[in-house]
Amino acid sequence: MIEARGLTKRYGKTTAVDDLSFDVAAGRVTGFLGPNGAGKSTTMRMILGLDNPTAGRVTINGKRYHELHHPLRTVGALLDAKWVHPNRSARAHLNWMAKSNQIAERRVDEVLDIVGLTSVAGKRAGGFSLGMSQRLGIAAALLGDPEVLLFDEPVNGLDPEGILWIRKFMHRLADEGRTVFVSSHLLSEMALTATELVVIGRGKLISQSSTADFVARASENTVKVRSPQNDRLRDALEQASAELTAAEDGLIVSGMDSAKIGEIAAENGLVLHELSPQQGSLEQAFMQITGDSVEYHTGIEAEVAQVLEPTAR
Amino acid sequence: MITLLAVERIKLATTQAAWWCTAIAVVASLGFAALFVGFAGDDFALTVGSSQAGATFGRTVLLVLGVLVVTTEYHWGTARTTFQAVPSRAPVLLAKATVVGILAAVVGLAVGFGSLGLAMLLEPGAELALDGAADWRAVAGQGPVYLLTAVLGVGIGLLLRNTALGLAVALVWTQLVEGLVVLIPTIGDDIYVWLPFFAASQFVGSDVGSPALGLGELPLGPLGYGAYFAGICLLLLAAGVWTAVRRDA
Ligand SMILES: Nc1ncnc2c1ncn2[C@@H]1O[C@H](COP(=O)(O)OP(=O)(O)OP(=O)(O)O)[C@@H](O)[C@H]1O
Ligand SMILES: [Mg+2]
Repeated sequence: MIEARGLTKRYGKTTAVDDLSFDVAAGRVTGFLGPNGAGKSTTMRMILGLDNPTAGRVTINGKRYHELHHPLRTVGALLDAKWVHPNRSARAHLNWMAKSNQIAERRVDEVLDIVGLTSVAGKRAGGFSLGMSQRLGIAAALLGDPEVLLFDEPVNGLDPEGILWIRKFMHRLADEGRTVFVSSHLLSEMALTATELVVIGRGKLISQSSTADFVARASENTVKVRSPQNDRLRDALEQASAELTAAEDGLIVSGMDSAKIGEIAAENGLVLHELSPQQGSLEQAFMQITGDSVEYHTGIEAEVAQVLEPTAR
Repeated sequence: MITLLAVERIKLATTQAAWWCTAIAVVASLGFAALFVGFAGDDFALTVGSSQAGATFGRTVLLVLGVLVVTTEYHWGTARTTFQAVPSRAPVLLAKATVVGILAAVVGLAVGFGSLGLAMLLEPGAELALDGAADWRAVAGQGPVYLLTAVLGVGIGLLLRNTALGLAVALVWTQLVEGLVVLIPTIGDDIYVWLPFFAASQFVGSDVGSPALGLGELPLGPLGYGAYFAGICLLLLAAGVWTAVRRDA
């Protein structure tokens, strides 16, 4: 169980994490979703006590990370697979970590076996491929047989086989009753991995809900309206309890169809220049929800197809 | 604390930096000592003190090792892994300084007694018996001097966190600044007698290669200089640990 309350982190003028509060429940995979630079890694570093929050606090089972005795036995984390000395062997890396939390040396061989690195245990970690490094990082996270696991973008840069392996692994960990908190900037990936979602954008919490709810909300149909009397239209629609998002030259309305919007405009004597239902709006909605830039529009079609597949099942 | 020492020992022993630095320190120091003895000529009276002429090389190498063990951890991210495994940072860092310090002390003793043995071998006729405290300090004193130098390196590493910067500071200081200060007119000498490695050399009393001549009355005796050097090294370590505890990892 991880609890963040009012978590805030500023680096000079940049506010990386802004008054963030969320809960990660035990015994399931919770996704931590947000576009690049949203503050996911910063939040994870604060959970581990590596960075000090500017304000707020985050606890694991009610304790701050510093208060945990032999923390590797409670929390296992893979924040960056490259945090290994390249000249050290995989086994030596795990050995010192095990020693530091008084974990039996036998466990080192166990976790090497679990991630399938036994045959290269004596090799320099610097010579490992990205996939092998990732496995070594996971071995390190599992070392203390922890009930809470944090993974920061574990599938980044992996080939499909590696992605599949990690995905299965997360499910296995959750099935064993552990708390798994895993970050990603891909909704598609999270839709396949996580049952709960904490979504952030620009350091702020956007939503915490089940993945199914979030995907449903993101794929909900929206309608774009433009009016020269934009402000009055907004008031009228808000009164009719529609959900509104400002677009550059109008409004994006969700939770209301175009017929109803047209009727409300007519009742109030408002002129409409545009009233257009948005097609295939999942990606746009996600983009709006997370305040993302346009960088991802290109690859998004495939993602949408992937996301809709599991929900259709 | 025993656990932390064991952890840091594993970490030090499982990368190559320590082995290379040890080898370089011993070879360079003894090599220079051998050259010095060989080239000194017959009219130079070889003493226990002057047999240690090469020890400053090894000392600088151990300073470099002290810097490296910290900055490489920050560079590769293992500093974060370490603080994740052991969130109380001060004990971890003190354990690291202790382990590097012990290795350095061993190297220092090897260099001290090795140099003396080498001198005895090359000049069997010279008067090289260890007579009195000063002689013992000259040889065995390399142990504590190397230990403190490595600890100083750890302090510098913690303050700067960057390998290139840390090495630049360590090398520019030992190779340039300490030698050039003495050239500053009027106040140069007054500053020089308070520089840390001048102090270390006064403690072992073997400052053969440096321009320590004509400085007049020195402000401290050998033991005073030893304590002064220790104070500087421990102060820098304390400052380094203090910043590491407060800053983000
Ligand atoms: N040590 C730091 N110093 C200054 N700024 C930082 C630091 N760490 C993060 N930031 C800034 O904080 C913001 C959030 O960064 P963070 O790495 O937490 O995002 P992220 O969600 O993990 O992104 P990504 O998906 O790219 O990994 C960014 O604007 C980043 O530039
Ligand atoms: Mg990140």
